Amino acid sequence: MSIFEVDDLHLHYRTRFGEKIPAVSGVSFALEQGEVFGIAGESGCGKSTLVNGCMGLFIPPLYPTSGDVRVAGESIMNRTPADVRTNVLGRKVSMIPQGAFNSLSPTRKIKDIAADMIESHEKGVSKKAIHDRLQQRFRLIGMDADTVLNEYPVRLTAGMRQRCVISISTLLNPQVVIADEPTSALDVTTQKAVITMVFDMLDKGIFSSMIFITHELPLLRHVADRIAVMYAGEFVEVGTTEQIIFDPRQPYTKALMGAMLSAEAGQKQKKPVAIEGAPPNLAKPIVGCRFAGRCPEARPECHRNKQDIRIVGNRQVRCDYAV
Amino acid sequence: MKIFLNLLKTPSFLFGAGCFLLTLCLAFIFPFVYPIDTVTRVGLPYMPPSASHWLGTDHMGVDMVSLIVTGLRSSLYVGFLAGIIATGIGTLMGIYAGFKGGWQDNIITMVTNLFIVIPSFIVLILISSSLKEGRSLALIAGIIGCTTWTWSARSVRAQASSLIARDHIALARVNGTGTFGILLFHILPYLMSYVFMVFILQIASGILSEAAISMIGLGPYDSVSLGTLLNESMKNEALGDGAWWAFVPAAGLITIVVFAFYVINTSMEGVFNPRLRK
Amino acid sequence: MRSEVDVFDAQDVTCIFGHGKKAVTAIDRVSFTIADQEIVSLVGGSGCGKSVLAKIMLGLLHPNSGRFLYKGNDITDQRRHWREVQPVFQDPFSCFNQFFTIRSQLRDSFGILEQKPSKQEMEERIDQALLAVNIKPPEIEGKYPFELSGGQMQRMLLARIFIIRPKILIADEPTSMVDACVRANILDYLMKLKQELKMTIVFITHDIGLAYYVSDRLFIMHQGRIVEQGAPDEVTLRPQNVHTVQLLADIPDIHKPWILR
Repeated sequence: MSIFEVDDLHLHYRTRFGEKIPAVSGVSFALEQGEVFGIAGESGCGKSTLVNGCMGLFIPPLYPTSGDVRVAGESIMNRTPADVRTNVLGRKVSMIPQGAFNSLSPTRKIKDIAADMIESHEKGVSKKAIHDRLQQRFRLIGMDADTVLNEYPVRLTAGMRQRCVISISTLLNPQVVIADEPTSALDVTTQKAVITMVFDMLDKGIFSSMIFITHELPLLRHVADRIAVMYAGEFVEVGTTEQIIFDPRQPYTKALMGAMLSAEAGQKQKKPVAIEGAPPNLAKPIVGCRFAGRCPEARPECHRNKQDIRIVGNRQVRCDYAV
Repeated sequence: MKIFLNLLKTPSFLFGAGCFLLTLCLAFIFPFVYPIDTVTRVGLPYMPPSASHWLGTDHMGVDMVSLIVTGLRSSLYVGFLAGIIATGIGTLMGIYAGFKGGWQDNIITMVTNLFIVIPSFIVLILISSSLKEGRSLALIAGIIGCTTWTWSARSVRAQASSLIARDHIALARVNGTGTFGILLFHILPYLMSYVFMVFILQIASGILSEAAISMIGLGPYDSVSLGTLLNESMKNEALGDGAWWAFVPAAGLITIVVFAFYVINTSMEGVFNPRLRK
Repeated sequence: MRSEVDVFDAQDVTCIFGHGKKAVTAIDRVSFTIADQEIVSLVGGSGCGKSVLAKIMLGLLHPNSGRFLYKGNDITDQRRHWREVQPVFQDPFSCFNQFFTIRSQLRDSFGILEQKPSKQEMEERIDQALLAVNIKPPEIEGKYPFELSGGQMQRMLLARIFIIRPKILIADEPTSMVDACVRANILDYLMKLKQELKMTIVFITHDIGLAYYVSDRLFIMHQGRIVEQGAPDEVTLRPQNVHTVQLLADIPDIHKPWILR
């Protein structure tokens, strides 16, 4: 049984005029124990919406249309937000939203924010026990517990704050961690330090599986075991990291891989792929393949026939004509 | 605009705006249906409210309702004029200091701090008392405006200096736009909603200042304002006589108008600053 | 034909922000030259000083000590400087005023030119600039910045350069806020600009892959100093300085190992 399953999930936004904008259309995937599953996509593709939906926290104007999300076999849809917060969030699944390191309350010390996490999920833990646990956990992952825990967030560097966020999110040893662009606003050196810590936590068994969302494919190449590429609210290709990075089949995936610039000898001559245009407006009904308007390999049929995601070998591809 | 529609949906805004519109009606539309006469003695001094004179008479026997309406008009006039002057001076100083930085900022900040430290009310008293004859409503508004602009200047300066980091200012500079052009087209529009809120508060503050200065007898020389009514009621010991109609309506109106402005300001803040929305 | 005089000549330039104990040395005794029609990239992590150096090149900041020369002279007249040196910034939405239409803001760019052309000529030049970045003029007719996509807005910044026709372009992270698929288009337009206008381009970026692809020379910066400079192959394959090595090792690249698991 997969540790985290998303089953044909459809999510929509409701505008003030009552229009429904389908933000996520029929996404399915299963996260296995011990796996890092990467979701790649560019701005506006719906990956952040998907992730918010995966947590069962539907804050208007976001609403679920249909589909199911199961954590260790148990569905988390149709539960009250309070129920989700106490029983699911933090405990079974932990989420690190985008820009989390800038959302730490500036008037509270790290140790108080961390203590909140424990107190809101476990009743009757003594202050001493909390203190000991925090010390132990921060030391385990290589952070200087004495200084960091007693600091205010504003006095820490961005990288340090993000590491605190990750530590606090995983205090209760969740089974799954969902990270939305955890290193996008950090510079490369800090990024490496944060990811190193994440791997260290995986090795030490603090959590076992991860969903990693980012637009940076080179990062996913080193972090993820499997990758799903998202475009206009749908997965267009899902496969192992090796398959997606080095042998993409779907035209959008191929375009993304082709657009990467690498500082490698011989790569200087390789002209990066460029696609004009922008993703389709999801507020309007779309006929045919969503990528057809920009696809370099589009045929007349592509504009008429909706493409379903199909299983090709041991991967999934959303393109009837992909070789 | 979208923002305006959002405002109309906010209950607090409707409440504040509603109160304010009611007072406007009282000041400007009510006189069409009720004869306003602040000169004629229509009864004995401090006659209590009756069917013919809803708020009784003042210490000279003049109809209180007429006095209240006239006083309201004057107070609103002073409040608006003082608000315009204070907001105008404060905004100009604020955006210039915020944008220029450097020594211009330092000088303007120094001047602002000077004006803050000197209690504006004392200045108001000193200037008012030295002008024995020529104290008109406009002059009082002018004095209030010229002494209470500091708050606008500081707030606008803070907003302006946070804007200059935006790239569109840098781009305007490399387009060759001069300082005045940048202030007018690239900074002021971004601050308009904020300046408007500041303006609302300055009006309220102007009404209060006028009431205070008039209450202590240094108000306009030959006009009736809500503050002068309070002054008259104090001078003639209306409180001791139990003539509540001589000061409660005036004080009440001041409170309602100022409160309405504060409520409007708070509701606008919720709409203009999305982070405050629930 | 290339000019003999170096476009930019930095001589021991230092730039300090703040005073006393809180003073931060943003640029620390930096010296370099940039030749006519060269494409140079300043690469480094955050806090390395590349953006400050860009502002100095644009004449928006002056060094505290040392000299920074443009074509052999100090930068004294900002307006004259901006006729020849123009920027492209990172965030295309923050670059435009949200209260005015895009076209009117493109028209504002004529303000820096020495002689303002006639009204008709201005409109023609704007149309030409738009076509040069593959936008048909009716597409932006009456539109405001928030109505276009990031890629389109970035192209507006480039259209502005086509209008002004400067000699030097300072591009500060021109593609970091643009989708990967559209990035190569932006680079194409930049190269087109360079060839047509015989421009010198200075790229500021943290993306060494981009710098490698696009530049004639790379300058690696670290904490206010230029720690290494040279041809792209030299710097990336045979890095001499420890900070360059660190930077190359820290950037995740699909072909190279990154973190040992």
